[in-house]
Amino acid sequence: MNNGDLKGARLDHRVILDWVAEGSSVLEPGCGQGDLMALLSKYRNASVSGIEIDERAIFTCVSRGLSVSHQDIDDGLSEYADRAFDYVVLNQCLQEVRKPHIALSEAVRVGKRAIIGFANFAGYDARFQLAIRGIAPVTPALPYQWYDTPNLHFLSIKDFINYCAKNGLEIEKQAFLGEKHLLYFWPNLLAESALFQIRRKV
Amino acid sequence: MLETKGNIGIVETQYLRLPGELVLESGEKLGPLTLAYETYGSLNSGRTNAILVFHALSGDAHAAGYHEGDDSPGWWDGMIGPGKAFDTDKYFIICSNVIGGCKGSTGPSSGNPRTGRPYGLDFPIITIKDMVEAQKKLIDSLGIDKLLSVAGGSMGGMQALQWAVAYPSRVLSAIPIATTAGHSPQQIAFNEVGRQAIMADPNWNNGDYYDGTLPTRGLSVARMVGHITYMSDASMGEKFGRRFKDRLENEKFEPDFEVEGYLQYRGDNFVKRFDANSYLYITKALDYFDLHNGKGLDQVLKGVTARFLVMAFKSDWLYPAYQSLEIVKACKLAGVDATYCELNSQYGHDAFLLEIEEQSYLVKHFLNSVSENNWNGKA
Repeated sequence: MNNGDLKGARLDHRVILDWVAEGSSVLEPGCGQGDLMALLSKYRNASVSGIEIDERAIFTCVSRGLSVSHQDIDDGLSEYADRAFDYVVLNQCLQEVRKPHIALSEAVRVGKRAIIGFANFAGYDARFQLAIRGIAPVTPALPYQWYDTPNLHFLSIKDFINYCAKNGLEIEKQAFLGEKHLLYFWPNLLAESALFQIRRKV
Repeated sequence: MLETKGNIGIVETQYLRLPGELVLESGEKLGPLTLAYETYGSLNSGRTNAILVFHALSGDAHAAGYHEGDDSPGWWDGMIGPGKAFDTDKYFIICSNVIGGCKGSTGPSSGNPRTGRPYGLDFPIITIKDMVEAQKKLIDSLGIDKLLSVAGGSMGGMQALQWAVAYPSRVLSAIPIATTAGHSPQQIAFNEVGRQAIMADPNWNNGDYYDGTLPTRGLSVARMVGHITYMSDASMGEKFGRRFKDRLENEKFEPDFEVEGYLQYRGDNFVKRFDANSYLYITKALDYFDLHNGKGLDQVLKGVTARFLVMAFKSDWLYPAYQSLEIVKACKLAGVDATYCELNSQYGHDAFLLEIEEQSYLVKHFLNSVSENNWNGKA
């Protein structure tokens, strides 16, 4: 657990912090123990709330003074009004929800903008394991064995860009992450994970 | 983290006498009123640390500490005291007996000023809203403008909701636990069985029994039904199984399972401390409570500025978690800041009185956050 220290913050959290405007309202489904929410609250004076399914994680959020609702992401967004938040952040949980299409549609409905982060399934490491070694990939960003993974869906950076084009979503910002640094070339081959800021095309 | 938790020691019930009449939701008037209440901790000079807690159906103003000569503590003693969830080193806790009750506040067993005899069925129908109106007079008389929090389980949760909606400018946070914005038919049905049991007792005598024999059989059966609904299948299984109790002779249909003995014991004990007419009036108030008031719950919650901590318990089938979730969803739609947790407990509805550790953790940190934001001048 990060105690709101900017230097110790994860790379993806630092990118999101960079994107979110001062004083915004942010909803984070799948907020876990609230590391990102704590950073956004502290450094962006954002009003944050989360949705989380794990009871222990909720206890941690409450102990940090964060507001969180004990619900499933799959049905935790429907009660919000359109454009109720400046941002909805779905970071590293798209792979785990039952219906990613609904989660994404809800994210861009409830949020004026959505920030989506996911592990890239088409990184060279994963490609090598699947294509050459013939095994289901296990990488730092996708560290699970096939029989023991919370991930129900796998997507690549290219898949996500195609999805946005097909569904009338404008990509406003994007960042590609290696293990420790941002990457700028051949992201679909080199990046471990990606972050996109999207919104509905008007 | 090691914390010292203590007991607040000997406490005394106080009585507030209100000379005027309270106009009830029904339009009828009730008065003069007496309100029994207790307070724990001390009110700070800015009067910003007051928390009002509410009891459930059969509770009273004695929420914590001990009465002189009594060896059992108040009904929420695990939650209220030095270093506890409602920390009396920091907060000033107030609990009052509801009107309609029989624990010192005006109710059907109190004297009717018009006749000089107990009210009985001359007592007007009261609602959760009426209970809250009476409490507001108490809070006014204590010189408290804003309550840091309002909190309670079951019927206490309804009062917390009613306070937040009726007096948004005077409530900074609300902690409704194992409760609902309106009884379901199932909840009304169980209450009706209890009421019918009381009214079927010949000693009930249309509520006029205070000079004669009390309708103890009826009230006892009502309490037995209640107790079944407060427990869960699992908690009953664990507590009693199919074990037989010890008994001397073998009369037919004498209780021989442990669970039967337990329910009888609970029923028999209850009649010593509770008034049958109060049971009728208060269960009716529970059934009539409907925060929706003909509107969407989110419409009702619009303009509420209090932060909410809503808790439900997985095994509670009397006030199932979906009812708490309905409150949380309406909060979200209305833009009310809400935290929700469905706690994993086996105890059924009784969990709000028994699951002290987890509730304490959430309540304590939630109150910390609410008081930090308010005592530092932030909204």
